[in-house]
Amino acid sequence: MSRLQIIVFAFSALFFTEGKAQTIRIGELNSYKVFPAFLEPYKKGMELAIEEINASGGVLGKKLELVTRDDGGNPGDAVRVAEELISREGAHVLMGTFASNVGLAVSNLAAQRKVLFLASEPLTDKMVWENGNRYTFRLRPSTYMQTAMLIPEAVKLKKKRWAIVYPNYEYGQSATASFKKLLKAAQPDVEFVTEQASPLGKIDAGAVVQALIDAKPDAIFSSLFAADLQKFVREGNTRGLFKSTPVFNLLAGEPEYLDTLKDETPDGWWVTGYPWNAINTPEHRKFRDAYQKRWKDYPRQGSVVGYSAVYTVANAIRKAGSTDTEKVVDALRGLEMTTPFGPIVWRPLDHQSTMGAYVGQLAKKAGQGVMVNWRFADGANFLPPFEEVRALRKE
Amino acid sequence: MLLSSVLIQFLNGLAGASSLFLVAAGLSLIFGVTRIVNFAHGSLYMLGMYLAVWLAERIGFWAAVPLAAITVGAIGALAEISLLRRIYKAPELLQLLATFALLLLVKDFALWAWGPEDLLGPRAPGFAGAVEIAGNAFPQYDLLLILLGPLVLVLLQLLLSRTRWGILVRAATEDREMAGALGVNQRWLFTGVFALGALLAGLGGALQIPREPANLNVDLSVISDAFVVVVIGGLGSIPGAFLAALLIAEAKAFCIGLGYSQATLVIEFVIMAAVLVARPWGLLGRMPVPARPGAAEPPLAPPSRRLRWTLAIVACGLALLPLGSGGYTLVLLTDLLIFALFAASLHFIMGPGGMYSFGHAAYFGLGAYAAGILLLREKFPMELALALAPFAAGLAALAFGWFCVRLSGVYSAMLTLAFAQIAWSAVFQWDALTGGSNGLVGVWPAPWLSSKPAYYFLTLLICASGIFLLWRAIYSPFGLALRATRDSPLRAEASGIDVRATQWAAFAIAGLAAGVAGALYAFSKGSISPEALGIQRSVDGLVMVMLGGIQTLSGPVWGAALFAWLQDAAARNIDYWRAATGFVILALALVLPNGIGSLLQAKK
Amino acid sequence: MSILAVRELSKSFGGVRAVERVGFSVAAGELLAMIGPNGAGKTTCFNLINGQLRPDAGEILFDGKPMQMLPPRDRCRLGIGRTFQVAATFGSMTASENVAVARLSHERKLGSIFSSPDDSTLGMEQALLKQVGMDALADKQCAELAYGDLKRVELAVALAARPRLLLMDEPTAGMASAERGELMRLVSNIARRGNIAVLFTEHDMDVVFRHADRVIVLAEGELIAQGTPAEIRADARVRRVYLGEDAAHA
Repeated sequence: MSRLQIIVFAFSALFFTEGKAQTIRIGELNSYKVFPAFLEPYKKGMELAIEEINASGGVLGKKLELVTRDDGGNPGDAVRVAEELISREGAHVLMGTFASNVGLAVSNLAAQRKVLFLASEPLTDKMVWENGNRYTFRLRPSTYMQTAMLIPEAVKLKKKRWAIVYPNYEYGQSATASFKKLLKAAQPDVEFVTEQASPLGKIDAGAVVQALIDAKPDAIFSSLFAADLQKFVREGNTRGLFKSTPVFNLLAGEPEYLDTLKDETPDGWWVTGYPWNAINTPEHRKFRDAYQKRWKDYPRQGSVVGYSAVYTVANAIRKAGSTDTEKVVDALRGLEMTTPFGPIVWRPLDHQSTMGAYVGQLAKKAGQGVMVNWRFADGANFLPPFEEVRALRKE
Repeated sequence: MLLSSVLIQFLNGLAGASSLFLVAAGLSLIFGVTRIVNFAHGSLYMLGMYLAVWLAERIGFWAAVPLAAITVGAIGALAEISLLRRIYKAPELLQLLATFALLLLVKDFALWAWGPEDLLGPRAPGFAGAVEIAGNAFPQYDLLLILLGPLVLVLLQLLLSRTRWGILVRAATEDREMAGALGVNQRWLFTGVFALGALLAGLGGALQIPREPANLNVDLSVISDAFVVVVIGGLGSIPGAFLAALLIAEAKAFCIGLGYSQATLVIEFVIMAAVLVARPWGLLGRMPVPARPGAAEPPLAPPSRRLRWTLAIVACGLALLPLGSGGYTLVLLTDLLIFALFAASLHFIMGPGGMYSFGHAAYFGLGAYAAGILLLREKFPMELALALAPFAAGLAALAFGWFCVRLSGVYSAMLTLAFAQIAWSAVFQWDALTGGSNGLVGVWPAPWLSSKPAYYFLTLLICASGIFLLWRAIYSPFGLALRATRDSPLRAEASGIDVRATQWAAFAIAGLAAGVAGALYAFSKGSISPEALGIQRSVDGLVMVMLGGIQTLSGPVWGAALFAWLQDAAARNIDYWRAATGFVILALALVLPNGIGSLLQAKK
Repeated sequence: MSILAVRELSKSFGGVRAVERVGFSVAAGELLAMIGPNGAGKTTCFNLINGQLRPDAGEILFDGKPMQMLPPRDRCRLGIGRTFQVAATFGSMTASENVAVARLSHERKLGSIFSSPDDSTLGMEQALLKQVGMDALADKQCAELAYGDLKRVELAVALAARPRLLLMDEPTAGMASAERGELMRLVSNIARRGNIAVLFTEHDMDVVFRHADRVIVLAEGELIAQGTPAEIRADARVRRVYLGEDAAHA
């Protein structure tokens, strides 16, 4: 090639590649640099799924290809990156996002551009309800669902005075709202004695713990996670908050957050999470063995999400027999498939999968936090009635 | 609140104040002497945390703390010698750019070295438990911190008042040029101060590990807290920093104790704004010695022929581009154009106006939100929403600017930041109007503008006209007056110019222009959320202006283009894209201290 | 008739009386020097007149109207020009632009945002700079000018607002002695030709006695004498508090 040709080639590669590849492309975008602890295992899960699918012949005779991008952790950049994935990389499907504002922005773009978007990580209820649209599907059990999964245990305790602590943004706010609503419905005499809203990542743990002690609650509901959770747990342990007060904490059983607690792990907390080494269903064992073989590491919650999300896309395209967006959307509505957590259904009503979560209690074993007394909560059992959902979705 | 609770919350506040003070003291010291706004100070703190956790597993907590602090001090010295020393003579705030690049580098370094997971450090041996105070269990370690803060304050004060070195530091803080004239070896003084400041940051981080896990987000959250404390206390004043840390920490503890926990989102910025409005140089700060005449800004030459031609060609190229390429190139260029207008609007007050703003994103974001609110809540047609939204930003700039032009230099800049944070928290909390942390979704352009080329042309037209009008304004009589107020407020006032009114008007114009950019941004993305007016976006604006060259005309536009392109390209191709961006910014700061715009200036 | 009249002017700082019931006046076309030993209250008195400070009591009448509460910019608009002890100019601009700013300000044209500065009146800048002998360096950036030249540009800037009173704080400070005489001759020419009153403070007694029409003397915040240079030279009190000191030094 002459130098001129190279330049022309490079230039056109820069500007005019509007991917027409011989592969089926999943355009994946996520906040890899903002939430690396969750998203690195997630990426490994996706890559494992891609390798498995391609090793067994791909999808519709084509190889499945994953194109990942960092979305910068904010909706503005995420929308640009999504556009890049759609128009330059020729992605057939969009997937990913973590924070709810980013997820909602990309979901909205997907509806505008008529591209299928599989929201893998975001938990916000609005994703499939208030802001739901034809092109958006969500895999994980939502904030509402995970909160609902804790309700039966909370009701059993028959505690009257509840204190609440949550990270002050959409996820924490809606977890709090759902918890109050659901608990009040099941136990009308319940009282919420204090609500502590902490700026995300900046909880003033000592003061919050003291404020909770002062409120003299019978039980506590928390939706803290990551660094906030660790600070809260350590202060609470030191100050004796948890000695006689049961705590319910969303997500705290997920290895991403639980493993960092080590010998601080508080005994007896009710949590949602993922007891990866104790689940011995055939589906999960197969997944865990493959994951550990491939990555020399144990799977986290994110690994399961990434893995199942890629399989969802593959299954939907297989069922549709085409990569045409409208056909894939129709195929995905009502799709039934198996995940490491067992069978799920993609509800036609609101595009929410019925993937569940594990509910159990925390305990310490050899200086490590584990989940005990756990059971699987099937997502299908923790969704509001159809009429309620239909009213929320403005379609 | 029970009396015992009041006592405990007060003690909580004291412990928090000690942590805050340690990190703020170093920042204040560094600023006082070197005038560097050290953006990487939180990164040094974060390094202190990671190093301490890592070392504690090997040599135990109590040996790890001093070793981590000393190591961070050495890293600080190294950074000063190898990097900052080269740019003291460069335009003011270039150091800010360099330290911002350091922040990016350190963040990716920490991710590379210690991995993505939070690292919860050990409890401090000997201080692991709690003591009973007024019927409540109170952590022993917090009591230790309560003592450590004042101890460090006393030691620092002794160092500064009893040693020769300390006296030189104080002299340099009060009057840097005079100290230089007295034959103080500035180079080593600066290095020493930077190392000491870094050591304090490292110590603060290391001492924090029993209370907080080492994590990758701590750098930014600490730096904003530390800035606030330093400014409230008075830049360069160590006792001031202590007092301010106390004020902030107690305010937070009692917000939580009294059940106003949501206020913790913004309370420190409200306090900062109130303090600055009442006491323009902070609680214990002194009016800075004005710079001696002779440090004049370079002249603003009329655009050279080369620049005019370059701009004309670029404009034509941009106008013809949709013929050659659709899709993503247009999306990226739409972003670039919007940021170019945003940067140009910031440059308008920073370059010709000489007023620094660390919170310019407020006007960008308010413009965007106004567009979204008018469209979705008020059901205005998109065209009307786009036309009216910038005025919301302009009005906010008018209101905030009234206070900001009454201060000068970094204080004014910090007040802009305080207002931006207050605006941010209002947007963040006001669910019914703004959609809270999720923001507003579904802010799309009218059908005739919804295709990519159509919206691109609209953006090109508006941004190019906006930038052109801003540039024209710089050379207009008003622009002359604005430059006059920057060059010599005394002379301007004596020549009949109302200095504050002129700066105020400029502030409002810049806010309006940023609002235009924000409104265009909202419709190009289809959604808008609180990040649009967050600190990060304000910093992006500063970086664009500094990269391009603060005292060049077209620089900010090139800076915006380069920065936005860099982020896009690096994020797409490199895992450690933050570090890569940091390297490029650092290289540019060293090679082109006057910005890339200086390449197109008329040669003298 | 007097263009500036000061009556019973007083100012104190934290109980220390810096200026105490000072009164004097300046007539159009007259050069009045204000002198006094260090700490006599000259600077305070001067800053009260130029608007940097507000008096505690007393009146400052410009053209018969009180102006003691006006900010400096309004005093400029009334027709009071100023030069500073350390020449204050717009360092990033050329000499000609410096004058243009002051002229546009005088014509109330600085609010215009999208027009260009009017080229047709450029001649006025040139004429003013010629008056102070700076026309050849009109396009030089001020930051690059020699200090003596800067003083002249500053004078042109002050004159661009067509003042009727010129306040000059130590006009010859920092200049070589040959330059001093030259500058003061220039000032007195301009004052006579334009019928402009000039009030200046000065350390150099040579300059004062050679160029001032009248002299007022402050000591410990009070006006102790006023008169022609010859009268002041002969005044016993002045000799005691002021020149006497000099004599003691000598």
